[in-house]
Amino acid sequence: MSITTSRRGFLKGAAATGAVLMVGVTPKGALAAGSGAQLNPFVKIGADGSVTAIVKHFEKGQGPATGLSTLVAEELGLRMDQITFEFAPSNPQVYNNLFFGPFQGTGGSTAMANSFMQYRQAGAAAREMLLEAAAQSWGVDARELVLEEGVISGAGQSAPLGDFVAAAAERSAPENPRLKDPSEFRLIGNAAVRRLDSPAKTNGSAQFAMDLHLPNQMVAMIARPEQRGALATGFDDAAAREVKGFLNAALLPNKAGVAVYAETTWAAMQAREALEVTWDTSAAETRSSDEIEAEIRAALEAEPTYNINKADVAATRAAIAAADRVVEQTFYFPLLAHAPMEPLNCTIEPLADGGIILHDGAQMPTGPHMALSQILELPMEKVQVKTMLAGGSFGRRATPDADYQVEAGLAFAMTDRTRPVKLVWSREDDLRSGYYRPAFGHKVRVGLNADGDIVGWEHQIAGQSIMKGTAFESMVVKDGIDHSSVEGTSDSPYQIPNGAFGLTDTEKATSTLWWRSVGHTHTAYVMEVMMDMAAQAAGRDPVDFRLAYLTGEGDDQKRMAGVLKLAAEKGGWGRAPAGHSKGIAVHKSFGSYVAEVVEISGSAEDGIRIENVTCAVDCGIAVNPDVVVAQMEGGIGYGIGHVMRDRITLTGGAVDQYNFPDYEPLRIGDIANIDVHIVPSAAPPSGVGEPGTPPAAPALANAIAAQSDLRVGALPMDENGVAWA
Amino acid sequence: MAFSLKLNGKTHQVDAEAGTPLLWVIRDELKMTGTKFGCGVASCGACTVHMDGEPVRSCQTYIEDVEGSEITTIEAMADSRIGAAVQQAWVELDVVQCGYCQSGQIMSAVGLLSENPKPNPAEIDDYMYGNACRCATYQRIRAGIQRAAEILEA
Repeated sequence: MSITTSRRGFLKGAAATGAVLMVGVTPKGALAAGSGAQLNPFVKIGADGSVTAIVKHFEKGQGPATGLSTLVAEELGLRMDQITFEFAPSNPQVYNNLFFGPFQGTGGSTAMANSFMQYRQAGAAAREMLLEAAAQSWGVDARELVLEEGVISGAGQSAPLGDFVAAAAERSAPENPRLKDPSEFRLIGNAAVRRLDSPAKTNGSAQFAMDLHLPNQMVAMIARPEQRGALATGFDDAAAREVKGFLNAALLPNKAGVAVYAETTWAAMQAREALEVTWDTSAAETRSSDEIEAEIRAALEAEPTYNINKADVAATRAAIAAADRVVEQTFYFPLLAHAPMEPLNCTIEPLADGGIILHDGAQMPTGPHMALSQILELPMEKVQVKTMLAGGSFGRRATPDADYQVEAGLAFAMTDRTRPVKLVWSREDDLRSGYYRPAFGHKVRVGLNADGDIVGWEHQIAGQSIMKGTAFESMVVKDGIDHSSVEGTSDSPYQIPNGAFGLTDTEKATSTLWWRSVGHTHTAYVMEVMMDMAAQAAGRDPVDFRLAYLTGEGDDQKRMAGVLKLAAEKGGWGRAPAGHSKGIAVHKSFGSYVAEVVEISGSAEDGIRIENVTCAVDCGIAVNPDVVVAQMEGGIGYGIGHVMRDRITLTGGAVDQYNFPDYEPLRIGDIANIDVHIVPSAAPPSGVGEPGTPPAAPALANAIAAQSDLRVGALPMDENGVAWA
Repeated sequence: MAFSLKLNGKTHQVDAEAGTPLLWVIRDELKMTGTKFGCGVASCGACTVHMDGEPVRSCQTYIEDVEGSEITTIEAMADSRIGAAVQQAWVELDVVQCGYCQSGQIMSAVGLLSENPKPNPAEIDDYMYGNACRCATYQRIRAGIQRAAEILEA
């Protein structure tokens, strides 16, 4: 075993455990101790030649298991069928998201962006070590050797890479392994590369956290209050005891609910149904969504608390007052649930040494790792997190307070800690007791001169901060402004003259959370509908009008203009079959630029059908192009599905929706076709999980306006004048 | 109560209360986890299995109602001609994202192809309406069914 510290502080170690070559970064503590036992690798190669990528990001369908494996396989010269993946254990020093500090987690569409160099370097270092080992064994120069498809050859020799694993593991990791030049890529950027998780997800063998059945496990469900903030004061479990398989019920120590324990999921569901809980509602939320909306709309009419872009507001107002025409629109965005297909769940497994394993589709392992360590009074090293496949998330599995894992911890702590406890949420729990995309309102006034040019843009935002009051506040909130409330407005690539952007925070009546594309879910809608309205008022083509504000020489403007032009070209902008109309929108989020053209038929009165969506995306290097296409398809569906007909509402503080019949998901017939085009790029990879979502809804809204003059300012559309075919 | 359950060609003796959804017998008693729990009210289709060859929602099908019927789950699809074609098409096109709904999607797709070997897009949309996919993989589900039809025709 040997460890080398690189001057650049990156690749620090390779260690042999038996005949295994592991390459990764070593935690600082372990290096100081000179021990390789704690080396947590990015790539692991067995003497049998098996290569495993250790994936530090969770897989909720967005593709990092395939993506990070692709990076390793590329640099190791492997075919994709020669590599498998495992999820990394929780270790915030080694497997941290490089954009999050010492914190392991997936979010903000960063999985590929932060891993791109790291996993390539690990693969490249492993390749060099194997080649050096082979060269030494054969008495030749390593420069004469190549590693292709698992075979090392050259200088008249040839052998499988596994033959040199033991010798390679004795070597020091190279300080600066040579990475492939992009012209040498065979897997990166190759649209024929298939997902590694497709077969298991197609034959029923894929194991999601919900599928875990540990020997002797119990299932726990939580009886929750109707109103947020109500406290459980007692319960009667007489009827629950009649349920076969019922084990016990216990008041959670924080009084947030009552834990019901049973032998099976069905027994837990029935027992919870039969439980009578008494609630203290004196401190509970009582507001209704109408009151939340009224508060937000009132805030839009008052002076904003924060001046987002430090604008000269008086100058903006004067410019608009002197304008030839003024375009004005108010917008309202309701609460939305994430509703991933797999209801939330996780399992806590007790170990003989007093420690535990959390089995979880863990989006941010560091959060529950720390939380369970505290709740169960265990040192961090006695808490392991085993990441399993996650059945979607859209942000829901990453809460700043590790909500469902904490519930599982509390439920487990109240037992004798001898049996595994699997905490299961129902769909009703998910929709009624969840965290929501916050409600927001915007009010925008745009002044145009006689030539139809923008002379001033006054933009008020009011809504519920996601970050304030959470552990992330200090990182994201600057000068009182929660960036996630305003992202995509004043920082848009558009060069808007006399822009004044203001923000007012309003009270939360529910827990709020990032929801696929976070602030961009509402800001893109507002920016792009306003751009469309301004173009219409100016009598100009919506694409040309937008391009006039993207003329700068900056990369931001060029890339935004690039996708806009490509989407317009591929989407047949400017022509449509009889009875069809089109709308366009473009937005930058998570470092990527996406433009979409939506084509519709029918009418808002009699029913609109979405005939086609054409998407152009610039996400830098598209590592797995087909995964990028899939993420655009999914992001478009997620964006459109919710604005068509979804909202979470409250009556007297209680959520009105129960299950999918009240929160109708996008269905297969809702969008007839989607075409995705990727802009070739040599820029570093940027996000793809979220950026497809923001432009979809405004492009749809603009298509509706193009045929009917109906400008949908409040969502969902079906409650604001739009019928669906 | 004791029930006899014929599943994937095998008969299982199951001890369950009448009224227990087939979904939970399959998952919690037989520990066959390819069939998924998504909503519990038959509105997402993640729990779809075949009962005598017809897709049904196992969350709303009770153990006492399936005695004497043949139940087939995703785990046996590779053994059926249509099931294998659908799975092949799904892998070729990388239909899945998170994958949680896909067992149900495949069970419904096999049901569709069993009664309509060459469905057009409108027929696919109509038949598959009840299978929700929150990742919105619908574009590829539609293409996957058409590809499976091609495979079966060949």
